[in-house]
Amino acid sequence: MKQEWPLWEVFIRSKNGLAHRHAGSVHAADAQMALENARDLYTRRQEGVSLWVVPSAQIVASDPSEAEALFEPAKDKIYRHPTFYDIPSNVKYI
Amino acid sequence: MTTVDKNDLFEYALRLGDTSLVLGHRLSEWCGHAPEMELDMAMSNLGLDLIGQARLFLTYAGEIEGQITGGQGRDEDQLAYLRDVLDYRNFLLVEQPNGDWAVTIARQFYFSVFQQLYFQQLATSSDEQLAAIARKALPEIEYHVRFATEWVLRLGDGTEESKRRMQEGLVSLSRFTAELFESDDLENRLIAAGVAPDAALLRPIWQERIEDTLREAGLETPPPHRPVLGGRKGHHTEHLGYILTEMQYLQRAYPGAKW
Repeated sequence: MKQEWPLWEVFIRSKNGLAHRHAGSVHAADAQMALENARDLYTRRQEGVSLWVVPSAQIVASDPSEAEALFEPAKDKIYRHPTFYDIPSNVKYI
Repeated sequence: MTTVDKNDLFEYALRLGDTSLVLGHRLSEWCGHAPEMELDMAMSNLGLDLIGQARLFLTYAGEIEGQITGGQGRDEDQLAYLRDVLDYRNFLLVEQPNGDWAVTIARQFYFSVFQQLYFQQLATSSDEQLAAIARKALPEIEYHVRFATEWVLRLGDGTEESKRRMQEGLVSLSRFTAELFESDDLENRLIAAGVAPDAALLRPIWQERIEDTLREAGLETPPPHRPVLGGRKGHHTEHLGYILTEMQYLQRAYPGAKW
C-alpha cells in the first residue's frame, strides 16, 4: 500500500527585497526533502532567490462560509485607501 | 610546460563527456517512473545538468578533432549518437542499471562526491576550456552531492526495509568505484601537463567523505572488492549496449533526422 507523503506549501522570493509569495505545494517526507522538491519543481526557470516550505497542516485558514462576516465590512470603507492625498510634485519614489 | 598531444586531449574530453552523458541518460529513465512526481522532476533535473556537461565536453572534443584532422570534427550529436559501445569511454559505474531507488541513490552518491572533488581540481586545469566547463558544472554538482547525501541518510536512517535496500545498493556498486581513481598512460601525460587532475590523490578524501556519511546514516562501509575496470578502453559491462540502442535509435533509423 502506498502512503502519500505529507503536503508542504511553497513560498518563493523572486528577488531580494521582495516578500516570499505562495507558489504552490509539494509532497515530501521531511522538511529537507520538501525544500529540495520545491527547488526542483518551482525554481527551474530562475523564479527565485529564496524558498520557504511550510507543512500544509500548519496553515490555519479562514472559513469560506465566514467570508461575508470577515471581508464584507471593508467594502464600503474606501477612505482606507490612501488615494485622498495630494502628492507634492517634488516627492519622488511614490 | 609539456606540450599536450591533441589526440590525448580528444580522448580525455570524450571520457569526461561520455561519463556525464551516460549517467544523464540513466537518470532520464526515471522520468515517469520515480516513486513520486516530485522525484521524477528531481531526476530529470539532475539528468539535464549532466547532459549539459556532456554537450560541452563533446563539442570541445569535436573541435579538437577538427584541429587534428585539419578539417571539421564531429559535432556533439555525431559523437553521442553515432559511436558504438567500443568507442564509448565512460566509467562503468555510470552505466549500471537504475535498480531500485536505493541503487540509483548509491550510484549518484559515489559518483557525485567523486565528481565534485575531481572538478574542483579540473577547474584549475591548464586547459582553459576544460577548466571553464568544470567551473560551470560545480554549482550543479554541489546540489547533486547534497541531494544524494540526504537520500543516503534518509534511507539508511529510515525503516528496516529502506536500510536494507540502501546497504545492498552500496555494496552492489562498490566494485565499480576503484575505476574512478585509476589512470592510464594517456591520463598520466595529461596530469604531467597540468591538464588533468590526479584522481588517485583524491581517493582518501573521497573515502573519508563516503564513510562519514555512511556512519551518520548507520550504514556499513562496503568491504573492499576486486575492482572492475575497463571503461577507459571501451570494455563495458553488458548494460551500455542497451542504453545506446535506446539513445541512438532515432539517429540510426532516420540518419540526420532533426526535430
